[in-house]
Amino acid sequence: MAKQKGFRANFPWRMNAAAIGMLAAALVVSLTFAAPFLAADQKAKPAEKGKVVPAEHKLSKAFKGKLPITDLSEEEATLHALNRLAFGPRPGDVERIRAMGLEKWIQQQLRPETIDDSAVAKRLEPYTTLAKSTLQLMEDYPNPAEEARRLGMTPEDYRKQQDEQRRIEVQRALMRNPELAAEMRRARQGGADSPNAQALRMELLNDKSPRKVIGELSAAKLTRAIYSERQLQEVMADFWFNHFNVFAQKGPVNFMLPAYERDIIRKNAMGRFGDLLGATAKSPAMLFYLDNWQSADPVAFAKLEGELLRRRQQMFARFGGMDPRMAAEMQRRGRLGQRPGQAGVPNVLQQPQQLQRRGLNENYARELMELHTLGVDGGYTQQDVIEVARAFTGWTLRLPRRDPEFNFEERIHASGPFTVLGHRIDSGGMKAGEQVLEMLVAQPQTAKFISTKLARKFVSDTPPRALVERMSKEFLETHGNIPAVLEAMIYSPEFWSREVYRAKIKKPFELVVSAARALGADVSAPIALVLWTGRIGEPLYLCQPPTGYSDKAESWVNTGALLNRLNYAMELSANRMRGARVEIASLLGTENSDDARKALERSIQVFLAGQVSTQTRATLEKQLTDPQILRATLDDPTKSVDAGIIAGLVLGSPEFQRR
Amino acid sequence: MNITRRYFLKSSGVAMVGLSAMPAFLTRAVLASPLPAGANRKILVVLFQRGAMDGLNAVIPYGEPNYYSLRPNIAIPQPRSGNAQTAVDLDAFFGLHPSLAPLEPLFKQKQLAIVHAAGSPDTTRSHFDAQDYMESGTPGRKSTEDGWLNRALQMEKVEAATPFRAVAMGTNLPRALKGTAPAVALPDVRQFQMMAASPVVEGGFEAVYAQTVDQALRGTGTETFEAIDMLRKANPQRYQPENGAQYPQGRFGQSLLQVAQLIKANIGLEVAFLDSGGWDHHVNEGGVQGQLANLLRDLGQGLAAFHRDLGDRMADIVLVTMSEFGRTAAENGNRGTDHGHANCMFLLGGDLNGGKVHGKWPGLSRERLYEGRDLALTTDFRTVLSELLARHMGSAALSTVFPGFAVSQKEFLGVLKA
Repeated sequence: MAKQKGFRANFPWRMNAAAIGMLAAALVVSLTFAAPFLAADQKAKPAEKGKVVPAEHKLSKAFKGKLPITDLSEEEATLHALNRLAFGPRPGDVERIRAMGLEKWIQQQLRPETIDDSAVAKRLEPYTTLAKSTLQLMEDYPNPAEEARRLGMTPEDYRKQQDEQRRIEVQRALMRNPELAAEMRRARQGGADSPNAQALRMELLNDKSPRKVIGELSAAKLTRAIYSERQLQEVMADFWFNHFNVFAQKGPVNFMLPAYERDIIRKNAMGRFGDLLGATAKSPAMLFYLDNWQSADPVAFAKLEGELLRRRQQMFARFGGMDPRMAAEMQRRGRLGQRPGQAGVPNVLQQPQQLQRRGLNENYARELMELHTLGVDGGYTQQDVIEVARAFTGWTLRLPRRDPEFNFEERIHASGPFTVLGHRIDSGGMKAGEQVLEMLVAQPQTAKFISTKLARKFVSDTPPRALVERMSKEFLETHGNIPAVLEAMIYSPEFWSREVYRAKIKKPFELVVSAARALGADVSAPIALVLWTGRIGEPLYLCQPPTGYSDKAESWVNTGALLNRLNYAMELSANRMRGARVEIASLLGTENSDDARKALERSIQVFLAGQVSTQTRATLEKQLTDPQILRATLDDPTKSVDAGIIAGLVLGSPEFQRR
Repeated sequence: MNITRRYFLKSSGVAMVGLSAMPAFLTRAVLASPLPAGANRKILVVLFQRGAMDGLNAVIPYGEPNYYSLRPNIAIPQPRSGNAQTAVDLDAFFGLHPSLAPLEPLFKQKQLAIVHAAGSPDTTRSHFDAQDYMESGTPGRKSTEDGWLNRALQMEKVEAATPFRAVAMGTNLPRALKGTAPAVALPDVRQFQMMAASPVVEGGFEAVYAQTVDQALRGTGTETFEAIDMLRKANPQRYQPENGAQYPQGRFGQSLLQVAQLIKANIGLEVAFLDSGGWDHHVNEGGVQGQLANLLRDLGQGLAAFHRDLGDRMADIVLVTMSEFGRTAAENGNRGTDHGHANCMFLLGGDLNGGKVHGKWPGLSRERLYEGRDLALTTDFRTVLSELLARHMGSAALSTVFPGFAVSQKEFLGVLKA
């Protein structure tokens, strides 16, 4: 164990060039046997010729254990596992897994708690907002609108004033530091809002605005995805956040997100589905995002309103009577006008603007069935939606901006029993909602829906039915044990079939992270990477609809996105990315050589484990070494193309866009 | 620079070897033949005003006495000719905010139409939800994955669509354009290029994507480089608006300018989306002068400049505005307005039945107000957009663009010329 830890700690980025060179040599030898280029080409042929020639691979027992791998070579199987169960290989990962055995690595990943992850914890230390409570964050980073009110300014004026202050602050910092000023000029060449320019501005500011909360959360998400040894858990945390998506820019959700991700998503990502579902149902972020906190039984609410109005009038009467005009106005508007915290007033009634439309809200109930459990074809009716919404009345928040915690408010709860999907929900009070959740988790449609989504994420845009059925069965038998369902998937031949090998397009977050991992980049300030993720099409925590981001290729392959993918790869590998350092020469072993051919060969080995089509290899080789082309493009054709650019071309290649 | 890249392609053998197998547009780029002119192509420009514009102070129902009693401090005075501090008369009942004066001539030329008391029928007063509903085109339904504008593009298959068929001016694609039909987000047309100055980079990527066996990525890759090339030819750095058009400073004006530029570059633009923010005036909204007046000035100047700049091209263009909801009919205690219901929409273009305020005016008396406080809605925004899609863009699949919304041609308002 101790030995293994040391191995891990020393391995990827502290390797010297000689070690890399030796590894590379070993790799090239093994590749000759595995003939991966042929294999990569075969993948493209079936569609054209309609005939597959499967290559049988006999892998050693020590390597694969009970994994049903027949179509893939060791190299391919390892790369496949790293691309699907992790965010892609770092330098040396393929060799490390081959040495320890693939099954052993997978078994570890399925039990993240057994993997030491102290290195990533250290990298997360600067992000002080991560551990804070929602309330603490609200206090530490007051909303601009509230600050404006406190200062007696209009929000617009306050915003302008803040922007101006920030501008001045940045300018002063740049004047003090000519080096940074030069860097800013370079960054602005890519546009005033280029990721580098934005990242630099953010670094120079001591930002006390709420933006910092999502900024740090995003930085932490990237840091974990790049550096955590518990890769499968990170992939699953991303998957579940997306499954139970909430949008950071709806009201105070941004403040609720660190707790949501920390205490609900991450905590249960490799646990039981029922626990995860139950925790999201009670989470302030979900309650606010899907409006359930405002949902009330209209009858109970009207009764309560009348009662409160009476009590208020009595109170005024006791203190010398109420201004009749005011009483009439209040009655007309249906406003109660109590102050927050006043005894006997349920908190849901305390914000006048919410009073006007307090009734049954079906949003959560619908998405709970459509998106979180049964799926859109899960066989529920509008009547089921209403019944579920009624069961969840009273699941609310005390005060979203002042006391943002889950609260069950009996007085606005609809009385049962309810009937959902033909099941009788007869528990009273808060238990009714819990009973609904338990019932939903046990439905075969839920097992199928979740299994399909997992299979789409991990296996193929169009998952094979047999695989989904096997996973669903496991889901039902284990009552939604997430690692068990994943294990059923991984131990299925469909997971390792030639057909699905490199068939998934990386979504933007996966592309950004996998490139940083492939380069062994030292990412000390991931803000620029966060911004690139958004530019490529997946702004973190900013997916508006509750569906979350799509896991299908068609959503991510388009012109603007591809251009950004290429630019990102080039910026990162050519060391022009703010907050990230790449030691390209030592990584490729080209410190003492400007041989473009060698740099290309090494890039293909290190970033793609040699798995590249003959076309890509031949085309790049020609581009980088053909004297005619070089003469036409380089100022000085005797100079060889820079290794960073070569690495960028490989990371921007079609092969690297897939996993 | 251009020559270098083209030489590069040819000499690398890519173009020569693969000429017959290459998509037509790439061949075109290599041979540098002129691009097809978008002469008869209809164009739709969508402007989303985020934050909920105060439609009652933009297009003022000055003929309605209730308007003045509801807004004692922020109302715009009735038109008096020669007085720039009053509403600009349109039709003896409605008037434009004085900041929108640049739009008056366009109204008179029947190039500008207005629909009042229009918007989304959903009752939410949350900016987030209302924008979401308006952009998805499915008020009340949250789980719609794509946007109405994207569905409109999906429905209408275009031969030889270019990468610039659908463009959003901004860093990220807006909800309205999310979906399976290709659309591109452009923060700035001048930045749509490879960041690395080295020609090896662009040439290398282009060659790799032209040769790859990965079909999906080869298609997108070649389109991407075609797009870069198209914009380079359009030379956005040197753009000068025509006819003396002057766009307002700032992001909104620049976005409009760049849309005009893309249209004139003839690179196949059909749909453009842009937005402008800051319309949420709860406090000190102002009247003739003030916060709203400043934003409306940008709007009026921007639209007028766009119209002037595009000249005759406006015959094929409709620009339509929308905002997630309107604002309360009455001003609040802070001389602002709160979240309301119906709003007004502007339409600009040569195809329009302009010079008219369309829609049914519901009135502002208490019993006519929605929930006793807001301008009631008499035109669903989808009715207006359906008419534009059907009669301007020639789309036949309205039930897919706006699922669950059955609108027949008879219900169209007639905002377009018959």
